[in-house]
Amino acid sequence: MDNAQPKTIVEKIWDEHIVHQETGKPDLLYIDLHLIHEVTSPQAFEGLRMKNRKLRRPDLTFATMDHNVPTIARHFISDPVSRKQMETLYDNCQEFGVPLADINHPDQGIVHVIGPELGLTQPGKTIVCGDSHTSTHGAFGALAFGIGTSEVEHVLATQSIWQNTPKTMNVKVNGRLSPSVTAKDLILAIIGKFGVRFGTGYVLEYTGEAIRDLTMDERMTICNMSIEAGARAGLISPDETTIEFLKGRRHVPDGEAFDEAASRWKSLATDPGAVFDAEVEIDAEEVEPQVTWGTNPGMCLPVSGSVPDPEAAESISEKAEIERALEYMGLEANQPVSSIEIQHVFIGSCTNSRLSDLERAVRVIEGKKVKDGVRALVVPGSQTVKKEAEARGIDKLFIEAGFEWRDAGCSMCLAMNDDIVPPGERCASTSNRNFEGRQGNGARTHLVAPEMAAAAAVEGRFVDVRNFSSTPV
Amino acid sequence: MEPIRRHEGLVYPLNRSNIDTDQIIPKQFLKRIERQGFGQFLFYHWRFDDNGEPRKDFSLNEPRFEGSSILVAGENFGCGSSREHAPWSLQDYGFRVIIASSFADIFYNNCSKNGILPIQLTEAEVQQLMKNAEQTGYRLTADLETQKVYDSTGFEADFQITSYMREMLLNGWDEISVTLTLEDKIQKFEETHS
Ligand code: SF4
Repeated sequence: MDNAQPKTIVEKIWDEHIVHQETGKPDLLYIDLHLIHEVTSPQAFEGLRMKNRKLRRPDLTFATMDHNVPTIARHFISDPVSRKQMETLYDNCQEFGVPLADINHPDQGIVHVIGPELGLTQPGKTIVCGDSHTSTHGAFGALAFGIGTSEVEHVLATQSIWQNTPKTMNVKVNGRLSPSVTAKDLILAIIGKFGVRFGTGYVLEYTGEAIRDLTMDERMTICNMSIEAGARAGLISPDETTIEFLKGRRHVPDGEAFDEAASRWKSLATDPGAVFDAEVEIDAEEVEPQVTWGTNPGMCLPVSGSVPDPEAAESISEKAEIERALEYMGLEANQPVSSIEIQHVFIGSCTNSRLSDLERAVRVIEGKKVKDGVRALVVPGSQTVKKEAEARGIDKLFIEAGFEWRDAGCSMCLAMNDDIVPPGERCASTSNRNFEGRQGNGARTHLVAPEMAAAAAVEGRFVDVRNFSSTPV
Repeated sequence: MEPIRRHEGLVYPLNRSNIDTDQIIPKQFLKRIERQGFGQFLFYHWRFDDNGEPRKDFSLNEPRFEGSSILVAGENFGCGSSREHAPWSLQDYGFRVIIASSFADIFYNNCSKNGILPIQLTEAEVQQLMKNAEQTGYRLTADLETQKVYDSTGFEADFQITSYMREMLLNGWDEISVTLTLEDKIQKFEETHS
């Protein structure tokens, strides 16, 4: 009878991973893949050591270094505390037998870029990482979510985690995106429309024609920012696009085993008629290129718009919030977005640092130059992305235009290494968070798509990429 | 983990919503490999100016809030990153109870693993507490056993918490030890699902 009941992909994955169930308690779920990086793991390994515990499944654990790593002259890490954190990860991986793509490894990169790249990320898997943007892996139809360090330790020791059954929300994107409007614009518009809390307590499933049209890279951009809507996880049911992407990847089975896996993966997709706990809808056609003006990702506008006026706010608390954000961002009420001048451009982060992101950005600036006084950085998401881009000559085009071409890492997304935006200066950034101080103390971040960032680098201010590009995109 | 049953303490009101983990503890302090000693970095850029001097215009620096152990904040507290350094810094600073009208999921969970009691009240109740806490020396009691928050002048509110989290906090359980009692089930799962 159970088979007759239509189910969402979340329910299917959930049911397959229950180790233990008891009334009044969360479920104990098995974890198929545990990703690790240097910042949120040292205390977890230390906890294991203190209690004399073993790492249960080193073979289901995979580590890399990304948050702290220098993206230039990477063999000399000047900050002794960063160096110590990386050495600690290296030692922990040695001691507990965890595979590691360290700073010298050709596979090194941002944890959410390399998981899919290596084929570690697969449909139907439960994936966790001590990092909130683990939601990225949901693009493959995996149930992937960020956890804290205590939970990292718990997964290391038990390969499982206690979780309350999540509620599901259908985020339905009708119609198709207009040309030159990207997945980044879509997810910013979704968060702008429904707010930074609408996903709290839910797993979001993105559905609809516009989502089906997206490439895997674009789907990752969407799922990546689910956490910015308050959701711990966001996912997309697997289809042919998913399967095509995975074929031939290192950790994906091949031959007959691949065909078997592929049909299993496809069967995970949400059944027609499955019931969600909630649903929201947006029309893709109405989405324009977006720019954030404030200090959270929900504070965003179409590039043709103007910064909000606190006097027009609907409540006292909203008014206070707008005023605070305007003050921090150094903006005037009603100022057109196109008048905002920037001094920095960052193309990178787990949201927008894959090969296709760099390709699309470079097309916008080909034959043009970065404006005087603007510092522009391209930081590929992984060393593999870097290598492939170089093989296509993309690095040269960026460098000729006046961009800096770096090694892979999180870099200016959170400015834990030396890539920092100075106080009071403004950055057009393809990352996912515009919180106060995120890119440096006092730094002002505007989140945009790679094309928009590239165009801003040339003009020194925000311009509508749809009227900008001379080469068709 | 230190158990928490009933906690009575001085209230610190911070009337902002969407306080993210980058504000609770900025990234330059995430490089340490220890769990302790993060309290000094709590709300760092709000508390200190560029020279490391305490900012006069940030209320936590006022003497009347010295020794506070109950934080009251607006909605969506703890949004953003999964960094457990956020609850570590709050706890190390001296906070044992955090009251807000809503919490971000990962942060809420992280609190419970560190002996911090996160309490969700309604927006109206939170605003009432913000007002009450304007009087110097305003104290509250949070009772996990009865799931109530109250003061000595008649404020009282009930709160919800899952029985699992409640037990965990009341007993100060080490969750891994609890899970390891189910090791045979984990093993069986592995045998049947590989
Ligand atoms: S790129 Fe930014 S958001 Fe992504 S994992 Fe690194 S720090 Fe986090």
